[in-house]
Amino acid sequence: MSEAIVRVQDLHKAYGSTEVLSGVSLEVNEGEVLVIIGPSGTGKSTLLRCINLLTRPDQGRVWLDGEEVTAPHADVNHIRERVGMVFQDFNLFNHLTALGNVMVGLTKVKRMPKQEAHELALFELERVGLQDKADLYPAQLSGGQKQRVAIARALGMDPRVMLFDEPTSALDPELIGEVLEVMKKLAREGMTMIVVTHEMGFAREVSNRMIFMEHGVIVEQGPPEQLFYCAEHPRTCEFLGKITELYGPRQREEE
Amino acid sequence: MQGDAALPFILEGLLAFWDMIWPGLGKGILTTLQVSAVGLVLGLLAGLPAAVARVYGPRWLRRLATAYIEMFRGTPLLVQLFVIYYGLPDVAFWLEGLGLPGKWLILDNTVAAYIALGLNSGAYQAEYFRGAIQAIGAGQIMAARAIGMSQLQAVINIVLPQALRLALPAWSNEVAYMVKYSSVVFIIAVPDLLARGQFIISKHYNPMEILLTVGAIYLAMVLIISTLMGRLEKRLRIPGLELEIERA
Repeated sequence: MSEAIVRVQDLHKAYGSTEVLSGVSLEVNEGEVLVIIGPSGTGKSTLLRCINLLTRPDQGRVWLDGEEVTAPHADVNHIRERVGMVFQDFNLFNHLTALGNVMVGLTKVKRMPKQEAHELALFELERVGLQDKADLYPAQLSGGQKQRVAIARALGMDPRVMLFDEPTSALDPELIGEVLEVMKKLAREGMTMIVVTHEMGFAREVSNRMIFMEHGVIVEQGPPEQLFYCAEHPRTCEFLGKITELYGPRQREEE
Repeated sequence: MQGDAALPFILEGLLAFWDMIWPGLGKGILTTLQVSAVGLVLGLLAGLPAAVARVYGPRWLRRLATAYIEMFRGTPLLVQLFVIYYGLPDVAFWLEGLGLPGKWLILDNTVAAYIALGLNSGAYQAEYFRGAIQAIGAGQIMAARAIGMSQLQAVINIVLPQALRLALPAWSNEVAYMVKYSSVVFIIAVPDLLARGQFIISKHYNPMEILLTVGAIYLAMVLIISTLMGRLEKRLRIPGLELEIERA
C-alpha cells in the first residue's frame, strides 16, 4: 500500500468572483475508496474535474502516480486515459451501441486493433453485467444500464483510479441498486476510487475514508464510523443528520 | 368514332414535341444534376470546416469563418457568379501586369459555376451544421475528453457523427434549393436544363410549353431527391432516440 495514486495540493478554483475551491489538499492511496460528501455547490465536482484536468485549477498542483498532471507541458490526453470518470448524467455517446461506447476509446485513443478492442469491450460489459445489451443504443437502455455502460467504458481504458461524480443522482430509486452493486464489486476488486455521492449506505459499507466538504474546503475527514457517529465538526453532524433523514429509510430497507 | 380518329393526331403531336425537346433537355438535366452535385460537395467541403471553426476555433478563425458565411449569405448568388466569372480575369490581368502568375484565375464557365455555387451553398450549409453541432450537449465532449481524446478527436468521432444526422433534414432542403438555384448558371452560358429550354424556345418560339415542361422536370427531380433523402434519414436514424426525445 501507501504509494499515493492521486495527490492534490492546495487547489484553488474560482468561477468569476465565486471561489469554488479554496485550498483543497488530499491523497488517495492504491486500493482506497474515498467518498466525498457535502452540500451542493461546495466544489466536489470541480475537485474531481481538476484531478483529470477537465477543469484547470487556478492554483495548486495535482499528481497522478507520481507524475505531475499540472506541469506546464504534461500530456493531458495521455493522463486522462489513466483516470476513469463517471458522470451524473452518464454522457454515453448517443450514436454508438453499448459495445461501441466501450470500444471507441480503445480503437481511437489506445489504437487497439478492432478485434482485440471488440473482445475487451465485451469483457468489460460482462463485468458490469450487460454483455446481453452490447448491441443496444443508449436510448434503448434504462438509466441504470446506461450508467453501467459508462462504468464499463471507463474501465476499458484500464484506469489507475476511477472518479465517480454523483453516479446515482440522476437515477430512479429502483435503478440505483444495480449501479451501486457494480461499484461495490469494483471496490472489492481493489480499484482505487474517489466517489462524490449522497448514498450513505454505500459510503458506510465500502469507503475507507470520508471527506466532508463545504464552501470549497475540507471541513472534516476520517473513517466513515468516525464521521457518522462522532464527527468533531458540528456542520458535519448537521449535514449527515439531514442526509440520513432524507435517504435513511430506503437504505435501512436495503440492509 | 371521332375519338379514334383524333388519337393518331395526338400521338403525332406528342412525338413531334418529344423530338423537339429531346435530347436537348436530357443533356440539360445531366448538366443541372452535375452542377448541383459538384456545388453541394464543394459546399460541404467549405461549410463543414467553417461550422467547426465557428464553434470550436480560436477567435481569429471564428471571425474568418463568420466573415465568409456572412459575405456569401448576404450577397446575391448572381453577383457572386459574375464576380467569379467576369471579375477574376481582371485580377488575373493585373497580376500578370505585375509579373505574377494570374492565368489560373481565368475560369471556364462551368468551373466558375461550380465555385460560385459551392461557396454560396457552403455558407448556408455551415449554418445548418453549426446549429446541429451546438445542439450536441457539452457532456458528450467532456466524456470524450475524459477517456483521453483530444478536442479534435472528440469533434470528429463523437460530435460530428451525431451533428450530421441532426443536420440531415436541413441539408435535404439545401439539396432541393441547389437543384433549382443552379439554374442561375444559364446566365454565364452553362447549358443546364433551363438554358437548354431557352435554346428551344428561341428556335421554335413556344415559351409556355417548354417552360412548363422544364418546370415539371425540376419538380420531378426535387421530388425524387427528397424521397431518397428521406430514406437516408430513416436508415441513419439512431435506434430508440426518437422515443427518448418524446419522453424528454
